[in-house]
Amino acid sequence: MPEPSITLSLRPPMIQMRGINKSFADVIANENVDLDIYPSEIHALLGENGAGKSTLVKILYGFYRADSGRIELDGRPASIKTPREARAAQIGMVFQDFTLIPAFSVAENIALFLPDLDPVVDLDDVCLRIGTLSERYGLQVDPRQMVGSLSIGEMQKVEILKLLLSNARLLILDEPTRVLAPHELASLLNVLRNLRDDGYAIVLITHKLKEVLECADRITVLRRGRVAGSLLRREVNEQRLIDLMFEMRLSAPQVNGSPPARDRSPVLELRGISTRAQGDEMTLRNLELKIYPGEIVGIAGVSGNGQKELGDLILGAKRSQAGTKLLFGEDVTRKSVRGLRSRGVSFIPENPLAMASVPFMTVLENMALTRTQQYARWGGMGIGWRAVREDLAQASAELGFSLPIFAPAKSLSGGNLQRMVIVREMAQHPKLIIASYLTRGLDLQSTYAARHALIQARVEGCGVLLISEDLEELFTLSDRLIVLHGGRIVGTFRPQDTTISKVGHLMTGSEGQPGVNV
Amino acid sequence: MVRYGVMIVFAFLLFGIILLIAGNDPIQSYRDLFGSTLGSAYGLSEVFVAMTPMLLTALAVALPSRIGLINVGVEGQLYLGAGLATWGALAFGDLPAWLLLPWMILLGMIGGGLWALIPGILRAMGLVNETITTLLLNSVAPLIVSFLVFGFWHSPVDTNKTPNFPPAARLPTLFDTRIDLSLVIGLLLLAVFWLAMKYSRWGLEMRAIGGNPQAALRNGIPLKTYLISVMCLGGAIGGLAGMAQVSGFYGVLLANFSRGIGYMGFLISWLAGGNPLGIVLTSFGVAIITSGGSLLQITRDVPYAVINILLAFTLFVVLARPQLLGRRKAA
Repeated sequence: MPEPSITLSLRPPMIQMRGINKSFADVIANENVDLDIYPSEIHALLGENGAGKSTLVKILYGFYRADSGRIELDGRPASIKTPREARAAQIGMVFQDFTLIPAFSVAENIALFLPDLDPVVDLDDVCLRIGTLSERYGLQVDPRQMVGSLSIGEMQKVEILKLLLSNARLLILDEPTRVLAPHELASLLNVLRNLRDDGYAIVLITHKLKEVLECADRITVLRRGRVAGSLLRREVNEQRLIDLMFEMRLSAPQVNGSPPARDRSPVLELRGISTRAQGDEMTLRNLELKIYPGEIVGIAGVSGNGQKELGDLILGAKRSQAGTKLLFGEDVTRKSVRGLRSRGVSFIPENPLAMASVPFMTVLENMALTRTQQYARWGGMGIGWRAVREDLAQASAELGFSLPIFAPAKSLSGGNLQRMVIVREMAQHPKLIIASYLTRGLDLQSTYAARHALIQARVEGCGVLLISEDLEELFTLSDRLIVLHGGRIVGTFRPQDTTISKVGHLMTGSEGQPGVNV
Repeated sequence: MVRYGVMIVFAFLLFGIILLIAGNDPIQSYRDLFGSTLGSAYGLSEVFVAMTPMLLTALAVALPSRIGLINVGVEGQLYLGAGLATWGALAFGDLPAWLLLPWMILLGMIGGGLWALIPGILRAMGLVNETITTLLLNSVAPLIVSFLVFGFWHSPVDTNKTPNFPPAARLPTLFDTRIDLSLVIGLLLLAVFWLAMKYSRWGLEMRAIGGNPQAALRNGIPLKTYLISVMCLGGAIGGLAGMAQVSGFYGVLLANFSRGIGYMGFLISWLAGGNPLGIVLTSFGVAIITSGGSLLQITRDVPYAVINILLAFTLFVVLARPQLLGRRKAA
């Protein structure tokens, strides 16, 4: 690999941010942050959740305004107050949640974003320009395809093309790899390298060390809003970055102990379950699944391949078209969510804000929602809030989380919201836990705490269904690993009998043969 | 509360300009308006009479709105409730009042509740949005009542109304005025509504559904059951309002007795944000305008339609609240 940073750092930086301060109410997001961005460099911004990465780049993109500090563009002071001004200064950003219109074609979406769009849109010309650029950088998409029918990885390509066509010189990508399958990840990193070689500056926000070490030229680590270190690639290794990111050393929890005994009856059994898709859902086809007590079953798959439907189906929020669902041998196929929850099923959904919490209610009220029957007093005329508080305190203490109990859920950060849901769902010793993307949005410390809680539940004989895209998580935690693709189970493995790349291929449907059944 | 006062004053200023343009002295007009309503015991009692059905119809909207249901159909529920209650009054007129009135209340609530069951079920099945069904059913309900009145129930001398109700079928009036018992019922129900939303288990569950139905569903709150039963309960309160109108106010069922009381309840509930105390205050304010407006028509020679302009102004000013507030905060 060439070492571009040696020669290139002799050049003046394209953007200099100096002494940036930003706080929200009483939370300091950025404190005296300096950042230099050079052309022809991939600059990784690394840090835990809440370290201030997103805030910093949103200041650069004109989304927020810094409380103090200055930004220099090519050595001249620049004032960027709105995203429009940022785009005029050739700064472009790809947000975590894409900003594409699903009902428009790729070309129409891109045309909408162009600064020099003619009153009469010449889509053929736009298509031509998309074609040239996608050829050059390996961003293959069909410009006439509807965005709604694209995969996540393709949408990301469209977002990047959008910036390239609008003449951006600096591309900011906010956690671009969060949603990608392994082989899509590799191709994204290739695209970024190509762009760098052509002189583009790239800011990559992430908290995954592996990607950083693979492609970054310069790495800035943020910790609690401050710069913990800004280094060149050759000056760092994994341990050094971890030391910079976290003040104390952490060890990853491991699953110990023998695999669960199979002679006991399963906690959950699905027999030939099929569903009918509604809207943009995926159809589940003929699922066979058993979860035994004390077993963690990992579900691997690219998101949108039936994971959400599977979780809702087991919970009872979605009905099946065919097949039976047994919980401890009892037929619960047509039981309500309340019926399943009262039998000890708990659910940590993929999106805690949309699927698990009521935004304007306090944390305490949200805690009571899953067990309103149990907390009701005087025949339902009152709620035993004291009991709710005690349960919340106990469950928080067991996990080592602390939550502001009277804050409305909508005021919590993504990580805290996820903690709230985990505390609620782990309380009172469930017998079956459905956990989707358990650690999404959590920093490393909370990730370990949440994983530890799952392992603890497993030791106590709880069955766990762990849905995740994080293969490392699945491989470390699962007793059994199931790959879901297109609403079907396409492989069942013991983690030690397979490899990440094999599972990755199955997840994306690039390898058809089912795995060895265990 | 101060905020609301400022808004209302602003609306009255605007309306004053309209009065000026129409060639009337606004100050004198307002003096008439308030003098005739708040200035005498009789005037005040008439305000309460006008306010009574508004309390109930507003509650019939506010309750379903807590779980995100938009009940535009109170007008229809009111008619069906009045119709069924009238059947009770005509068919069981021999019963004593202490038996007949609860029976009529029950019939009224059943009538409104069943009428709301249709949109409730259609919504819970995910077939049609309740806003559309309730609105459309509003045109059907008065026709059903007309059919019953013209076809079966009309008195020997009239075609468009029933015979007068027997005294036992009339809600008792209070303090020698036209105020009847349904004012007390309305205030009581609003108080129960407030307490239940704040303290009870069902209040918590309903707030959860209103705040995020997807999360409520996955947290084990029976969403469909709530959609249907709360819609029916709202309809039942609308039906109760209809019963109160025929039994308390009119003492007879006229084929087209409601002049949009159901829609007025919808407006009041939205102005008050579904808040029970807000409903009481807003109803009181609207009642002043409507009952004083009738008098203004006579003394000041302004057409009654002008009063609707004042109501509309108030509505606009209050609905513009977020923007006005935002500006004030910035200043």
